[in-house]
Amino acid sequence: MDALILARLQFAFTVGFHFLFPAMTLGTSLVILFSETMYLVKKEEAYRKITDFLARILGLIFVVGTATGITMEFSFGMNWSGYSRVVGDIFGPLLAAEAVIAFFLESVFIGVLIFGRNKVSPKVYWLSALLVFTGGHLSAFWILAANSWMQTPAGYEIFATGKIVLSNFSQALLNSSTVIRFFHTVMASWMTCAIMIAGIAGYYVRKRLHGETAKMMLKIGIILFAVTPLIQLSLGHLHAIQVIETQPEKAAVMEGLFETTKGAPLYLAGYVDEQNEKTYGIYIPRMLSILYNFNLNSEIKGLREFPKDNWPPVNLVFQVYHVMVGVGMLAIFMGLLGLFLLVKNKLFEAKKYLFILPYLIPLPHIAHETGWISAEVGRQPWIIYKLMKTADAASVVVSANQLVFSLIMFFLIYSLLFVMFVYLFVKIVKNGPEE
Amino acid sequence: MENIQNFQLLWFFLIAFLFLGYALLDGFDLGVGMLLPFVGKSKKEKDILINSIGPVWDGNEVWLVTGAGALFAAFPHAYATALSGFYPAMLLVLFALIFRAVSMEFRANDEKRAWLWEKVLLAGSGLATLLFGVALGNVIYGVPLNYKMEFAGSVLTLMRPVPLLFGIVALAAVLMQGASYAVLKTEDDLQLRCREALYIILWVNVATAAVYFVVMALIFPALLSNALFYVAVLLSMLGLAEILFSLRNENDKALFWKSSLFFWGLWIAATAAHFPNIIKGIDAPHLSITIYNGSTTLYTLQVMSIIALIGMPIVIAYTIFVYRIFKGKAQARHY
Ligand code: HDD
Ligand code: HEM
Ligand code: HEM
Repeated sequence: MDALILARLQFAFTVGFHFLFPAMTLGTSLVILFSETMYLVKKEEAYRKITDFLARILGLIFVVGTATGITMEFSFGMNWSGYSRVVGDIFGPLLAAEAVIAFFLESVFIGVLIFGRNKVSPKVYWLSALLVFTGGHLSAFWILAANSWMQTPAGYEIFATGKIVLSNFSQALLNSSTVIRFFHTVMASWMTCAIMIAGIAGYYVRKRLHGETAKMMLKIGIILFAVTPLIQLSLGHLHAIQVIETQPEKAAVMEGLFETTKGAPLYLAGYVDEQNEKTYGIYIPRMLSILYNFNLNSEIKGLREFPKDNWPPVNLVFQVYHVMVGVGMLAIFMGLLGLFLLVKNKLFEAKKYLFILPYLIPLPHIAHETGWISAEVGRQPWIIYKLMKTADAASVVVSANQLVFSLIMFFLIYSLLFVMFVYLFVKIVKNGPEE
Repeated sequence: MENIQNFQLLWFFLIAFLFLGYALLDGFDLGVGMLLPFVGKSKKEKDILINSIGPVWDGNEVWLVTGAGALFAAFPHAYATALSGFYPAMLLVLFALIFRAVSMEFRANDEKRAWLWEKVLLAGSGLATLLFGVALGNVIYGVPLNYKMEFAGSVLTLMRPVPLLFGIVALAAVLMQGASYAVLKTEDDLQLRCREALYIILWVNVATAAVYFVVMALIFPALLSNALFYVAVLLSMLGLAEILFSLRNENDKALFWKSSLFFWGLWIAATAAHFPNIIKGIDAPHLSITIYNGSTTLYTLQVMSIIALIGMPIVIAYTIFVYRIFKGKAQARHY
């Protein structure tokens, strides 16, 4: 295999793995902040127990996130040095700002959150929870701004030498997809944590463990679980409109639309025959156009408008995109069902529902991963949309043999991390919050 | 200050500062990680040692993340050349840092295999330190570069004697950083053993530092007419002498600062020899990547300066705040 494919595989694998963890930290820090605020206000022990329990889980998640995150920062130099040389001017500052403004905040105060309960006053402890929450979300903002700049570049100029230089920092930072990508991803993380907490607490309640603390946790989890997927649907909708406007060929790929159509259909599930350029499946007529601008007949660009050698893999992107949306829909249903049971006061007795809850924990991760694959593979062959091809971005001095070796090593080491993580996660959950 | 050269200069020193911060702070974490099995006898003692770095190592590592990010943003060519050129070494650095990071958390939660995770911590800390030294040695001593600023050597290039010497100097210095921090954070028998370790490590450092300064003077004769070099040698000697003195007087608090002073000395000599290169081209100095031909544009450097000069003082302030929370002797209790 050639070096480029290997480098891409390695990046996809390592970033996909890394993202499993930040996806959990953001939401967890939110719930910690909430329960710690409640503890400060109401002084109920159950809230403190929830915080302490979640802080232990956060410690584990955070460590693996940090360990695999360094790989990502180094990977731009190690594997994508062609890219780094050309865009250091713009991409570098975003990455560096992330470290100065966000990573320090999060990493320094997480020490207090995990080790400092008895060393600081309740107010300082609460402040640490707030700062960990803030740091995590700021970090997501900067890294997503960097990513969004690759999707919808802005605020740059191109020198005769081909070097891309910064001309307007705030335009580059707040390019046309940063804000929506940030909110969409953050909501995804909150949802991930909502389901995680509901799943864990659901298990406790069904097994009659940890009494009030578990019930309180379940309540928090279910309310978040009911709210976040609904918000996510609207944010996803806005995100989709953004893609149709800024990257029309990607939108066409996600929807499997080859011909430019007035009144375009929305596929719920299906299959794209790339050879014959046809899409099969169940669809709602005109729905895509309606969703786009509430107009039955609005025109959506089809893939044939764009040169074929610039098409990404169509069926793959179509499928992963639909998996993400499918998970979102399923989550809306399960979340609302939980809320209904809660309101009817039946939640704690709903054996079947509580039984299913823990099995939902991996679901949002699947949506995360498929969401990123649709965004990133859908952008191909560009590494920076319409400015630079992925093929020109790889390091020239790194050989295919070196990449085979590193890919195998990453695979082995990350598999080990994954096994250990799951094992310890389950162990912490089994130990449960303080009695 | 409109002149781009001022900013290139500023960023050379800011990056040197960030990496020094990393060396001093994560240096003591890495050092404690390496010393753990040698000075900690019982599980309780090992818990104390790990808890002494537990709340802070993560924040310390961010100095590395920031240094690398700053290098990317200010001198992307250096970042790209070094990381892609030293690929196998960088890969090992990553693996070492990954294992170092997870080993402490895994040890705390996986009591059955605690012995294994302690070995992993030792190996990860040691390998990372050695390789950082070797990498620094390579960029300072010089590597073959081609006219496209790409690395033109091989894995063997990376392991030449001079860079390896840097690696060994780094190991010794980091061990001293770790031992002096451990003395500060421990009590009783454990502290006694840390002191003994520090005493041995001190003499090792006397030897490595002597070789280091002599070799530096031989490779870079220009240093002999540079006042900074003498300042560096003096600081290092002062640091070492003061450690000996403080050890005799059982002045635990001073040790860590003296060890850091020693580190400053090593660092200033390296910086003085290196300036204005970021990666030296060994056979053809005109191919070197310097702060002048490797930097980003004026505007980017200005934006970055604003972020760094406002951001870093705040970072340093709250880092001190958190260190004060955890000041005093470390305890064995987890969480
Ligand atoms: C829990 C995770 C999750 C869930 C349930 C959803 N998404 Fe999502 N989605 C993501 C997690 C995600 C993500 C991982 O956060 C992505 C990848 C890149 C990005 O910006 O967000 C993403 C990307 C992404 C994109 C592509 C943006 C681009 O290519 O630049 C669109 C159009 C949507 N989403 C739309 C939706 C819709 C209509 C959903 C229906 C409910 C939905 N998402 C649910
Ligand atoms: C954390 C969530 C992310 C996931 C899961 C993800 C996933 C992926 C995947 C699957 C690819 C491979 C596409 C292909 O080669 O066909 C890719 C490519 C890439 N992504 Fe992302 N991405 C994420 C975030 C980011 C961010 C935040 C950035 C930049 C700041 C980024 C930069 C890149 C680069 C440089 C490539 C080029 C390599 C390539 O095309 O394979 N990604 N990503
Ligand atoms: C390819 C792109 C990415 C790069 C280069 C990257 C880089 C890093 C680095 C270097 C760290 C370790 C920082 C430390 O030592 O504390 C880290 C952790 C983290 N990253 Fe990423 N990251 C990427 C994708 C993302 C995305 C898309 C998000 C959020 C949506 C994210 C959120 C975080 C968070 C919150 C942490 C803190 C540690 C943790 O919670 O696990 N990262 N990342």
